[in-house]
Amino acid sequence: MTWVLDHVDQLLSLSAYHLWLALLPLVLGLLIALPLGWVASRYYWARVILVPAAGLLYTIPSLALFVLMPLILGTLILDPLNVQIALTVYTVALLVRVVADALAAVPATVAAAATAMGYRPVGRFFAVDLPLALPVLLAGVRVATVSNISLVSVGSLIGVHGLGQALTEGFQRDNYAEIIAGIVLIVVLALAVDAVLVLVGRVLTPWARIGGRR
Amino acid sequence: MWEWLTNPDNWTKTFGTPGIPQRLAEHLQYTAVAVVIAALIAVPLGAYIGHTGRGGTFVVGMVNAFRALPELGLLILLALSMGVLLAFEAMTITLVLIAVPPMLAGTYAGIRNVDQSAVDAARGMGMREREVLVKVELPNALPLILGALRTATLQVIATASIAAFVSLGGLGRFVVDGLALREFDQMAGAAVLIAALAIVVELVLAGAQWLVVSPGLRAPRSRKRKATT
Repeated sequence: MTWVLDHVDQLLSLSAYHLWLALLPLVLGLLIALPLGWVASRYYWARVILVPAAGLLYTIPSLALFVLMPLILGTLILDPLNVQIALTVYTVALLVRVVADALAAVPATVAAAATAMGYRPVGRFFAVDLPLALPVLLAGVRVATVSNISLVSVGSLIGVHGLGQALTEGFQRDNYAEIIAGIVLIVVLALAVDAVLVLVGRVLTPWARIGGRR
Repeated sequence: MWEWLTNPDNWTKTFGTPGIPQRLAEHLQYTAVAVVIAALIAVPLGAYIGHTGRGGTFVVGMVNAFRALPELGLLILLALSMGVLLAFEAMTITLVLIAVPPMLAGTYAGIRNVDQSAVDAARGMGMREREVLVKVELPNALPLILGALRTATLQVIATASIAAFVSLGGLGRFVVDGLALREFDQMAGAAVLIAALAIVVELVLAGAQWLVVSPGLRAPRSRKRKATT
């Protein structure tokens, strides 16, 4: 415990960096997955290609993907970009399917009504389809967030140090306090960001609460 | 990287350093042991919870909580506290802890989502609760159970590649050693092998699932209510 108190500054800066490593890929991944998922929900051929491809990418273990990034991108092996882009790939792989399913679940009658009211395709997407797909989408984003935050720690094995540094360093120094602090902080970060997402979801979908369900 | 992969020295035991086949075998062994133990724990427990409906919220909550737990941290903590001699056991416990939550959730959701009229019909035909579970609910839940098993297996393969950090074998050994020696081709070659292993295992399991699951369940199940975890 004294070790933790002595190293609060270091742990806080590692936490901040950890979040940066995990959340930038989340945002980028969501921005890429939205159009891809939209295409997949609209065209059968796109769905048949995109969803299995995403599933295949998702099967690649994180350590392998981190290590392969420099080969594909030409980055240096210790570049944090490797971890961030690999996590972006995972986020896209996870969310393409979720976005496609969520958009496909928007009732056709609602979409038709919106079109009849004069919405153009793009306007309808943002004003009608996306809000209705939000609850399902959010569930997917929460999974991606929590797994990203957990996966960043694996980056420590290839020298990209978020809170994973506390784990590997603690192992090398037989320092239990450091390891436990690392684990606890990673879990706390994941749960905190998850809670924020739930809150954002509640604010963005006020109609979900009016029906009395949940 | 290609040179490393095609160099025959790396495929045999040279100067006491195990080659790729042995590391691959270790990786598969770690994975198989953990997945079997996890399945023995998770499937009966998930079936019981799904059948009786007791403790469902507990399962969903536990799965979400475990997803946040960093595998590397768990592995390191257990390996350090159990000592180097028990590193294999420490890793197996870690892998089982990672594999149980998704399998438990999959089994639970699978049993819960079985068409209730089929279950009622089975009871009406005079089946005992045990028979209802074994003859009706489990076969109907098989797609979801095996799907969860595949997810869990992939997570275990991914985590087993980290095991090298606590001085164990497996394909991750080449990544950890390669970084220490600054031999990038070795790391990249091993990464390709790990990725290929994961994809091959996934395809084999998907094929096995297709063979095992009753043809009557193969039709698109899109209307089914999905269990959210």
